[in-house]
Amino acid sequence: MTRLFLDGIYERPEATRDVWATTVRRLTADPLTNCPVDYTAAALRLYSAQSCGKCVPCRIGLARMAQILEDILDGVGTQEDLDLLKRTAQTVWDTADCAIGYGAARIALESIRAYGDDYQAHLTEDRCLGAFRSVPCKTHCPAHIDIPGYIALVKAGRHADAVRVVRNNNPFPSVCAYICEHPCEAACRRGMVDAPLNIRGIKLSAVANVGEVPVPDTLPATGKRIAVVGGGPSGLTAAYYLTLMGHAVTVFEKNPTLGGMLRYGIPRYRLPEENLDYDINAILTTGVEVKFGVEVGKDIAIEELATGYDSVYVAIGAQSWKLIRIPGEDAPNAYPAVDFLHAVESGGAPEVAGKDVVVVGGGNVAMDACRTALRLGAASVKCVYRRRRDDMTALPAEVEAAAEEGTDMITLQAPVRLEIEGDKTILVTLPQIPGPYVDGRPKPVASKAPEQRFVCDVLISAVGQDIVTGPFEEFGMKAARGRFVFDETGEASGYENVYVGGDCATGPSTVIRAIEAGKVVAANIDKKLGFHHKVEEEIDIPVATFENVGSCGRVNISERPASERAKDFLGTEIFLTGEETQTEATRCLRCDHFGYGAFREGRSLKW
Amino acid sequence: MVKLTIDNKSIEVAPKTHIIDAALQAGIKIPTLCYMRKTNEIGSCRVCVVEVEGQDRLMASCNNEVAEGMIIHSRSKKVRDAVRANTELILSNHRAECTTCIRSTNCSLQSLTQTLGITEESYDKNYTQKPWDKNFVLQRDGSKCIKCLRCVQVCGKIQNCNVWDITNTGSRVDVGVVDGKQLDEATCSLCGQCITHCPVGALSARDDTASILGALDNPEIITIIQAAPATRSAWGEDLGLSADEATVGRFVSALKGLGFDYVFDTDTAADLTIIEEAHEFLERFTHKDDYQWPMFTSCCPGWLRYVKQQAPEFLPNLSSAKSPHQMFGALLKTYYAQKLDVDPSRIYIVSLMPCVAKKYEAAVPEVNDAAEGVRDIDAVITVREFARMVKQRALDVQNLSEALWDDPFGEASGAGVIFGASGGVMEAALRSAYFYLTGNNPEPGIFKAATVPEEETQWAAKTLEIAGATVRVIVASGLRNTTDLLAALKAGEVEADFIEIMACPGGCAGGGGQPIRTDHELAVPRSKILSKLDEDAPLRLSHENESLKKAYAEFLGEPLGHTAHHLLHTNQAEWSI
Repeated sequence: MTRLFLDGIYERPEATRDVWATTVRRLTADPLTNCPVDYTAAALRLYSAQSCGKCVPCRIGLARMAQILEDILDGVGTQEDLDLLKRTAQTVWDTADCAIGYGAARIALESIRAYGDDYQAHLTEDRCLGAFRSVPCKTHCPAHIDIPGYIALVKAGRHADAVRVVRNNNPFPSVCAYICEHPCEAACRRGMVDAPLNIRGIKLSAVANVGEVPVPDTLPATGKRIAVVGGGPSGLTAAYYLTLMGHAVTVFEKNPTLGGMLRYGIPRYRLPEENLDYDINAILTTGVEVKFGVEVGKDIAIEELATGYDSVYVAIGAQSWKLIRIPGEDAPNAYPAVDFLHAVESGGAPEVAGKDVVVVGGGNVAMDACRTALRLGAASVKCVYRRRRDDMTALPAEVEAAAEEGTDMITLQAPVRLEIEGDKTILVTLPQIPGPYVDGRPKPVASKAPEQRFVCDVLISAVGQDIVTGPFEEFGMKAARGRFVFDETGEASGYENVYVGGDCATGPSTVIRAIEAGKVVAANIDKKLGFHHKVEEEIDIPVATFENVGSCGRVNISERPASERAKDFLGTEIFLTGEETQTEATRCLRCDHFGYGAFREGRSLKW
Repeated sequence: MVKLTIDNKSIEVAPKTHIIDAALQAGIKIPTLCYMRKTNEIGSCRVCVVEVEGQDRLMASCNNEVAEGMIIHSRSKKVRDAVRANTELILSNHRAECTTCIRSTNCSLQSLTQTLGITEESYDKNYTQKPWDKNFVLQRDGSKCIKCLRCVQVCGKIQNCNVWDITNTGSRVDVGVVDGKQLDEATCSLCGQCITHCPVGALSARDDTASILGALDNPEIITIIQAAPATRSAWGEDLGLSADEATVGRFVSALKGLGFDYVFDTDTAADLTIIEEAHEFLERFTHKDDYQWPMFTSCCPGWLRYVKQQAPEFLPNLSSAKSPHQMFGALLKTYYAQKLDVDPSRIYIVSLMPCVAKKYEAAVPEVNDAAEGVRDIDAVITVREFARMVKQRALDVQNLSEALWDDPFGEASGAGVIFGASGGVMEAALRSAYFYLTGNNPEPGIFKAATVPEEETQWAAKTLEIAGATVRVIVASGLRNTTDLLAALKAGEVEADFIEIMACPGGCAGGGGQPIRTDHELAVPRSKILSKLDEDAPLRLSHENESLKKAYAEFLGEPLGHTAHHLLHTNQAEWSI
């Protein structure tokens, strides 16, 4: 008799691994977008299949819970059934012997709590609140760009038309090709087959291979005047569409150039200047008027805009910074990252060449500061963060690139105070250990380990941005938790015809969210002024064909070698080749045509 | 042109042709349950799939375009097996109780199942049956629905009523009233186009034949049936008669065969409507400042419901004239009741209509003017219900003799006949308006008899010079076209004096109460029958209808006069929905 077995004998056959891997991919591509009740029922069936069956609550309870959910979904469930479901889930949570059971019960309890309206709609009206959204990339793009449409155009070599399709919903095709966080890709249905499309890579190919693309003609002048406060992505988006609609728009920008955080926050190696200017120049060709060097609230009263214009859009961004809130923070060599990056663009930045730099924070701005400091010739750059590297809010690719370029990632160190010793600044930290999860990330908890000291010449803090709401609050606009208060149309609380949007309304967020706000506000201002102008393009999108069903790996964007790119501010990314672009575009499943897109929402170049 | 091969036949078709249509050009009929050209190209039923060489998986032929050099097999084993399996899957979700189904022998799924030779089902049955108010005019049986979504698309795209929508998700997807509403809370015009475009028995109109049979069996009751203009163009379709066989004389014979005491022609009432409406138009036209312009026809209850629900600002523009069958009901239960010397409560009037919405119209309390406590029209049946009654009475339709409408309302003009086609009311009204303005009769064809607007034009417009006056008229049918026309009017892009609207595409000839032939739009051929009847009619002008002249002289007085106004006109704004 054999005394011990090699575990490999028990490995599952490949087909089973494929089921597992595909299920994970499918859930990643489409998490809970249909009916949460149906998903919970399906999840409980899945968890039940994981049960060993030893214990009563897990063996019997999970299957019973799934059955109750099926009854609710079939329209025959009652409030008593829902109570029974809750009681059962609570019992499984309280009494299951292992995580297979109690983990499943926790999910059921959470689902009942979070999706109460969905449960009640099924119970009381035999109705589902869930709605299928047809083209996932387009749905998940905040600006709702016709992504399959422009991918088909890029594939056909019609790059200018692709740019026009993007501009139909987003006047920053070039900017977004470089720096969009591409929520579209996370939802891409191709992820169910193998991996999501490299949508941003395809867009980068389009803008890299296109010259000037004229903007659409503006509609007849309406005689309405609109003031936009802030020439960042949100303000310029609103200005672009409102101008196309025939309104006279004036942008008030305190800086000498347009772009907001795109120019003064995003470093040039991520977004080359000519690519930023490409979009801004196109926007300006519509006839948007800009008043530079005017700070609203200081150089001109807000009342003046509110009374002198038919509508005002406040999109001032999040230009200020948050404090770490530690003693010694006002040390002379400590700088907020927002100011540091702004100064690098506009002049007057602190000298970092040959210096040791410590950057505090784990977001994209922290990475920008690290990589910028390296490019300015810093002797060393340490990124000090109080959580784990996995918990950083920066895009993983940014963290990886910063590390590759030579940033030391020092994690689980919570800043305690700044000390000054001679011309050195010392960041004293307390080591942390990961604790319980809060909002999806483990909360760092102070460990018993001794304090650590990081000696540097320049300290840059990147622990959050703030919004300068003060002057606008004096005018009467409302702010809460440091952000302007607004309704779903973007209208500022308490003010007719004053709108807010972008970072100053949502808190620091992505460029595409700022663009979304500009577009939504443009539509709502137009409506409020009594118009129903349509923004539309007539572009013949190539017909969907059938060459994409087999599996094919995703082409990724690569970067110039870290050792080379860290020495200059030139763009780091290497565009997809024509061949790679074709391969990648061919992977598009054309959800605008195959599936629900054939019925609804497949195509609309009009809003 | 694109060259391709389908089932070994080489053909050339225009670029962008869908495979299913290319196959049809090659004489190959690919089955489908959901496809409606331009309206529902969603590839949901998956019984139109074909094999394309070089492709691993099968392709829907209904919404994919041909490509140069394509080699297509529509009947390979792979295709046959797949179509059979998908059909069985649909059947497993369908309450296939064909013996009691209203669409038996006229059902796309039944005929597909027969064609495929499916005599046993592989899957267990699993369908949902949600409750539905049996008294409502529009009936839906969810257990029959195959979720082809034609109703959703016709209602939204063609009719802009947006009543139906997908409800629920995943395997429980169903069709229901939008936003979880009850049907009477949604903007349903009751046009019935969803019914006539349903491939199975999921949608139907309420069957009102039971109470009619009760009246026919009651010797105390005098029963009258009137038949709308458009019904004569389609009455034989569900009875196996060709258009040549289905003459008006045999139609009258069949109506009499059902046992009604009197069989009258609604065309007569159409003439009456024209006399009133033409006078009304002239009254408004000569007192322009007193009215909101343009004037709209009001004989289509689907249109009336649309105005009340979706465009109430146009209510004052509607002609106050009742629709022909309602005028007839009011006249029969007063003037004719006096002639017969019976109490109107002893008269039971049935309207045979190509229409579903008229079931609503006849039940509107505010429309009844003949006598206290009785309805002017007691029941409305569709042409489909009529055919069922004929079958129940076992009439030998092949050997019906030619019969004449009963007097005194047997005489009607060709102008009345063309009420049944889009443009007909306008034509008829202009013929008489011309006479009233000039004192002379015009040549028929003054507008353009029985016009169905071309496929790509949403409405037809014409400007006429009559007795020195310029009259601008427009004709539209289909409520999407109507929506766009109203928007153009509001925007000042279009101007008109008089507009005819019919809710159903092509007018009553394509009405929601007409016989159903899935995949065939019959408004045009039926309209041609009506045009021919007009051309062959000895009398072609409503105002020359002698029986009506007599009715005015004996009873009604003057057009728009006190009695006429009381019985023949209404205020649609007051109607209950």
